[in-house]
Amino acid sequence: MYVAVKGGEAAIDNAHRLLAEARRGDPAVPELTVAQIRAQMALLVDRVMAEGSLYDPDLAALALKQARGDVVEAVFLVRAYRTTLPRFGASTPVDTGAMAVARRISATFKDLPGGQVLGPTFDYTHRLIDFALAAEGTVEPAAEAEPRDDADTCPRVTDLLTQDGLIEPSPPDDGAPAGDLTREPVDYPADRALRLQALARGDEGFVLGLGYSTQRGYGRTHPFVGEIRVGDVAVEFVPEELGFAVPLGRIRLTECQMVTQFKGSGAAPPQFTRGYGLTFGQSERKAMAMSLVDRALRAEELGEPVTSPAQDQEFVLAHCDSLQATGFVEHLKLPHYVDFQAELELVRRLRAEFFRDSDSMQEAAE
Amino acid sequence: MLAPGFADPVHGAQGTFRAVMDALARPGLLQPLDAGLKPPAPLTPELAALALALTDADTPVWLDAGLADSPEVAAYLRFHTGAPLTDDPARAAFAFIRDPARCPPLARFAQGTPAYPDSSTTLVLALDMIANGERLHLAGPGIKGPTRIALTPLPEGFVAQLAENRAGFPLGVDVILTAPGRVAGLPRSTAVTES
Amino acid sequence: MIRRAILKAIAVPGYQVPFASREMPMPYGWGTGGVQVTAAILGRADVLKVIDQGADDTTNAVSIRRFFARTSGIATTTRTTEATIIQTRHRIPETPLREGQTLVYQVPIPEPLRFLEPRETETRQLHALAEYGAMHVKLYEDISRHGHIATTYAYPVEVAGRYVMDPSPTPKFDNPKMDQSPALQLFGAGRERRIYAVPPYTSVRSLDFEDHPFRVQQFDQPCALCGAEGVYLDEMLLDDAGRRMFVCSDTDHCEGRRADGHVGTGDAV
Repeated sequence: MYVAVKGGEAAIDNAHRLLAEARRGDPAVPELTVAQIRAQMALLVDRVMAEGSLYDPDLAALALKQARGDVVEAVFLVRAYRTTLPRFGASTPVDTGAMAVARRISATFKDLPGGQVLGPTFDYTHRLIDFALAAEGTVEPAAEAEPRDDADTCPRVTDLLTQDGLIEPSPPDDGAPAGDLTREPVDYPADRALRLQALARGDEGFVLGLGYSTQRGYGRTHPFVGEIRVGDVAVEFVPEELGFAVPLGRIRLTECQMVTQFKGSGAAPPQFTRGYGLTFGQSERKAMAMSLVDRALRAEELGEPVTSPAQDQEFVLAHCDSLQATGFVEHLKLPHYVDFQAELELVRRLRAEFFRDSDSMQEAAE
Repeated sequence: MLAPGFADPVHGAQGTFRAVMDALARPGLLQPLDAGLKPPAPLTPELAALALALTDADTPVWLDAGLADSPEVAAYLRFHTGAPLTDDPARAAFAFIRDPARCPPLARFAQGTPAYPDSSTTLVLALDMIANGERLHLAGPGIKGPTRIALTPLPEGFVAQLAENRAGFPLGVDVILTAPGRVAGLPRSTAVTES
Repeated sequence: MIRRAILKAIAVPGYQVPFASREMPMPYGWGTGGVQVTAAILGRADVLKVIDQGADDTTNAVSIRRFFARTSGIATTTRTTEATIIQTRHRIPETPLREGQTLVYQVPIPEPLRFLEPRETETRQLHALAEYGAMHVKLYEDISRHGHIATTYAYPVEVAGRYVMDPSPTPKFDNPKMDQSPALQLFGAGRERRIYAVPPYTSVRSLDFEDHPFRVQQFDQPCALCGAEGVYLDEMLLDDAGRRMFVCSDTDHCEGRRADGHVGTGDAV
């Protein structure tokens, strides 16, 4: 006699206990601390902050620990927490021109005011596994940083080009509050601010793939890295009752300004256009890919034909979010037997009709 | 001293919303509404309950002359809801009307757009009495069998305006009627005729 | 915000109201829309039932019911008759609903035209113009190819004579229950950020053709456990030889019938 399956609650409880055990792993190995993750998995922490839309390295590190290192799961934890936070208002725009740069490079000029600053980069490392790292307890001697005068200006390359009118100016700040796609449903066509928000939160792999596709001809933009800068900026907020800006702290950002395909017409002189990327923490790959996709998404605005996925804002915005994507892909593992039963019934009926028809055709032939 | 809002903000707002939801889902059926508010006159407890439950910083609110002329009402609503007030009925997400006889024509409020018919005004009217009665006959979604209500006062031309509002479906305003202790709904989907 | 969207959804039956879905502590695609709608309407006097595939004890139903029990302290039940709010995925209970009950559907893809036209900007215009010809063409193409309409679940309906609506992936078997239901029906799509509604006593017509009228699935045998006929059945595989058994998908309905003394044959087929 068949008995309907029961015990969903007990099964869920047991699964949670197994998960906790698996997360901890071998108890003979010391447990990771949040401080260790924050300090030594810093780029992973940065990615979780960027896609989680919340600047809090400790929380991102904790989320990674809880998620067993699964980035999307950690982003999910951070986003769900973010939803519960009270909202006091919007900060004043951060000034990346005043960034205390840890790294700053330009591919368009050999030298420029402020200089090229390599900073902590994998760029010229040889990708050979360093077995010395397997031996714990070794302390690398710290590099001697060249002393920098904080008053040193490090002007943005795009600002230098703007002076000559060679690049389109940065759109002026009209003072209007920027939309917020976490609070209002997106209405297409979405403006550039909302598109940039979506890309900044977007899955790094997805945005990278789209950016790559533009380089291979699917919405080509002839990009040059005008500048990538990584460093700390001040965040300021104007409380209504005070009426002036007060500093809240500093955050680390990566900014990429892509100098792209020039345009011009009978009326307007030729000039370069821009693609823009900005992320929390240090993530050049994401900022660069974002700037390529941002530029591609401006196709319609710049009078270019929209023919490729990276230029199609409904396609990009509707699919770049890792939480939405993972939720819907993974929901396929939920039970669907009611719908499958409906399809089974139809396929059985169609097959029965098919064989009946072919039988009767055969009979008619005989 | 500002009059207080819901004694229990979570359940006060939920209970009021639920009464309004039931009222719109079953047009013409009277739903009890006792939010226990004592707002400054001429705001009624029912208008206040709906304002507190449904409006916030994202909803421009239009007040009729009787309400707009009272600084206490404006201060009360601003403090408890944070909703921006607007003079333009066509920009209002919600309109609160203390004196239905002097309500602007329904067509002057936001009607929504063909792509977004939800971007229309919800009007909340304060009446002296809503009762089951012979005066108005209702038909449409949410209505089972013959449903009639009587409104006191019944603003002049109101039925004709409701008919015009219904004719523009899916565009149009939604009307929520309140009276002491009661709320009833006349969504745009409801056809109202005088019997 | 969600509450306002629900009110507009009720006022314009079948129209999809956009809303800013929040990140919930469960994944998109797993009922976040339904959970947000339920959370918006739930009050102290409510009794909540959660089903998935018709059953109260499937893991996702258990998980959502626990979420509400833990966060709101609300009373829960597995009995359709006792519930005031029923959140569901893929089924409408067999026990007829009554006035005062609200059925909250979890919706993955709210747009019935999505698989004909992937662009939101386009489908929005089609709804604005009530231009549903493409949907009829699609259904008719099925008929010419298979001799039947090949849509078996998420079968499109026309609500109150105006909007074409996706009933969520319920089997078309359940479509007739939506028509003139005494219960309020609310639909929440969290990932796609849409809420829509069918008020009580509202016409819900499954799209069809004069020469191919809408028909629901029929099963050749009653429930093997309770003997119910005219209900939706799950097919259970019993062994490697392919023996199978058909039992009620609605576990509460089945248990209720068995408690009343109804007995099925217990036979495999």
